[in-house]
Amino acid sequence: MRLAFRRDLVCQQMVELVTDYLEGGLRSSARRRFEKHLAGCPHCTEYLAQMRETIRLAGRVTPEDLTPQMRDDLTDLYRRWRSEG
Amino acid sequence: MEPDAELLRRLRAGDEQAFVALVERYNGSMVRLAASFVPSRAVAEEVVQDTWLAVLRGLPAFQGRSSLQTWMFTILVNRARTTGTREQRSIPVADAGPVVDAARFGPDGAWSAPPEHWIEEAEDRIEAEKLAGLLRGAMDGLPGRQREVVMLRDVEGMSSAEVCQVLAISEANQRVLLHRGRGKLRQALESELGVGGSR
Repeated sequence: MRLAFRRDLVCQQMVELVTDYLEGGLRSSARRRFEKHLAGCPHCTEYLAQMRETIRLAGRVTPEDLTPQMRDDLTDLYRRWRSEG
Repeated sequence: MEPDAELLRRLRAGDEQAFVALVERYNGSMVRLAASFVPSRAVAEEVVQDTWLAVLRGLPAFQGRSSLQTWMFTILVNRARTTGTREQRSIPVADAGPVVDAARFGPDGAWSAPPEHWIEEAEDRIEAEKLAGLLRGAMDGLPGRQREVVMLRDVEGMSSAEVCQVLAISEANQRVLLHRGRGKLRQALESELGVGGSR
């Protein structure tokens, strides 16, 4: 994302830059402006912490367990494939 | 947990248990991912079964240039897209709206309704099971492409390059979709857990 020079970032811009920031996608000048705003803004600091927490919690969502039916179906599929030759 | 590379080696040696272990590890994620492309859960399960067969048949040709998971998920998405009707409709890359409601900022662009605290609440007040359910629900509510990117990046833990390969999208698209999707998950957590409680 390109940013106008010199003007300080406002909170509304900050929230749109959070993912670029976390992904290491900001150029060094933009990154410095982002961090400068962060240092003086508890709300944006909170927002960033919440995005990090959101990502961490999403990482703990586990896929559903395999049903016995599906396990049997897929074991059959494997055995049919083995006998294909 | 046994690494994928080891399961792959055993699978190639004809070890049925290695196949079952791989199925246990990935089948659930694959069904959820496929479900994002096709009209029903039953169709998603069929697509996943077809994918497992394609994986077994493709094993001799798999050269390991990508991870086993990336390779399998790429096969899955290709099949799901062919099967699904979703791709026939034209899908905008991402909804255009801001990631945080504009009404929460003043005319100067500073927060007027700042983020409500909930981080500590998330784990102190709510059971892990409920929290996971809340996040799953929020993910299900995302537009398809955002859901796919968030699932692969944040639930499966794939890199952005892997996600781009699996979904055949550009790095820039991937990031926009991730941004929108994660933003909505955060909002869902705030709405549910913030000091204002459920709204």
